[in-house]
Amino acid sequence: MSKAYKTGWFDRKGWSDIIIGLPYVWLVALFLLPFLIVVAMSVATKTPTAPPFSFGGDYPLLNWEGYERVFSDGLYLRAFLTSVVNAAAAMLLCLIVGYPMALGLVRVAPAWRNILLMLVILPFWTSFLLRVYAWMGLMGKNSWFNKLLTDWWNFVVPVDWAVNSIPMMHTNFAVVLVMVYTYLPFMILPLYASLERLDTTLDEAALDLGSRPHQVFFDITLPQSVPGIIAGGMLVFIPAAGELVIPTLVGNSASPMIGRVISDEFNQARDWPMASAVAVALLVLMVVPTMLYSHFQAKSGGAK
Amino acid sequence: MNRRPVFLITMLCFGFAFFYIPILSMIVYSFNESRLATVWGGFSTKWYVSLFSNRQVIAALILSLKIALISATVATILGTMAGIALARFRKFRGRVLFSGLVTAPLIMPEVITGISSLMFFILLADWIGWPGQRGFTTVTLAHITFSMVFVTTVVQSRMVQADQAIEEAAMDLGSRPWQVLFDVTLPVIFPAIMSGWLLAFTISLDDVVITAFTTGPGATTLPLLIWSKVKLGVTPDVNALATLMVLVVGLGVVLAGILMSRADRRRDADARLAYQANE
Repeated sequence: MSKAYKTGWFDRKGWSDIIIGLPYVWLVALFLLPFLIVVAMSVATKTPTAPPFSFGGDYPLLNWEGYERVFSDGLYLRAFLTSVVNAAAAMLLCLIVGYPMALGLVRVAPAWRNILLMLVILPFWTSFLLRVYAWMGLMGKNSWFNKLLTDWWNFVVPVDWAVNSIPMMHTNFAVVLVMVYTYLPFMILPLYASLERLDTTLDEAALDLGSRPHQVFFDITLPQSVPGIIAGGMLVFIPAAGELVIPTLVGNSASPMIGRVISDEFNQARDWPMASAVAVALLVLMVVPTMLYSHFQAKSGGAK
Repeated sequence: MNRRPVFLITMLCFGFAFFYIPILSMIVYSFNESRLATVWGGFSTKWYVSLFSNRQVIAALILSLKIALISATVATILGTMAGIALARFRKFRGRVLFSGLVTAPLIMPEVITGISSLMFFILLADWIGWPGQRGFTTVTLAHITFSMVFVTTVVQSRMVQADQAIEEAAMDLGSRPWQVLFDVTLPVIFPAIMSGWLLAFTISLDDVVITAFTTGPGATTLPLLIWSKVKLGVTPDVNALATLMVLVVGLGVVLAGILMSRADRRRDADARLAYQANE
């Protein structure tokens, strides 16, 4: 009885088995198993059969060719580099735009705060695809936005540099811009959460002791919000690095990002082993290190 | 301290302009007479008319809603179970693997989830003859899998905050386990379950990548239909569709906000009354 008292109703026999078992079995069957198939597939050999692979009967049962190509073929290396650069640029810009916004949200009058927070979240509820699409309309050659930018450009630069329109679509610039647009709420919300908890009496104390406002910011506010920066950075970087929709719609197909490469290897080249090898490489090279970094940063931050 | 708010408020204005100008521009151009989606040619509502008479769009919308309703409901049931398990069962065999399985889909790049699910379904069809054709069922299964972990996250964090002593008190007072579950635990975490369901519903309704990989002939969801149109460039009827979606979502969010703040106020009033009665 004392054990039941300690742990509650949910430890009764039968109940706990169902409550743990059902989601467990579901995730193992429909997430873990498919993922293990990818890992296994990455060392299979491509064949012209359907499904297009085999674990060859020849001596090296495992075929490491996919991984060798990931690290030797310029196509894959460039794709990785493009992904890292684009995702890092999107993350930094999100931080630069999102940090003052989050701080502003903390500082505005509470009556405004909930409305403004709702306005930050609202685009998140509208379709992701349509938010990307909205920028396709703005960046096109004949759009009012492009014309506005072109006029401004022609006004600012010497006459020789004048252009008819600014080529924005199908560039990495467009990819980064749209990523910032779609992922900005993911940066603002964790930053807001960590800034909201800060003790403002510390700011006042520092001001009383003679700190300038910018010193207060760099010495007190910024260091305390590092967990929020890391959480937000991770929430932007990881999906941005593996992004498929944005580069497909507004990106430069001559320098694809890694998500596009995986999708093309799979759908167009029908090379399952190669697509799987690139997918595993994406996880090992980018996702796992980001997770580990944020995990240890969060830990060391918590220890302080 | 005095100068900073000016800068912050400027940045807020800039940020909200950045958020909303593209959407407003899209709304304005949905009333554009011209077929060229980016050149203004006068006011017209003809794209809305053509949208409502487009059977493909209506069918895709119905399919999307069906998939979202089923997958959100199943995902909420499974996700809530997983959330309860992680928050309340301290030790069970395979807990480490289980909590890993609940986190991994959150950070897995969509492309990888997409190809892994597709390979899984193709190989499964090869091994046991099911699923014979990909479509409604396979998309729903994939949606349940990646949206249930969002429900788990929401429910788990609510469960951790909730006071476990109430459950123990009910046990002490002689409630049977299922009574504790239905009378105490579920009412306490109900708001989390609701927001989990809503999250799962919108994630399913919005998904492009995983749906594109797991669907088959004849099962085109609304995002997939938009995707195939948008890949060809900007078209005015997509502007109209987008405007309607923004309108529905905006109204829904505002309505939910009003209802929630009203419920909050009522709860506060009830709490005050209860407090006064006890004095």
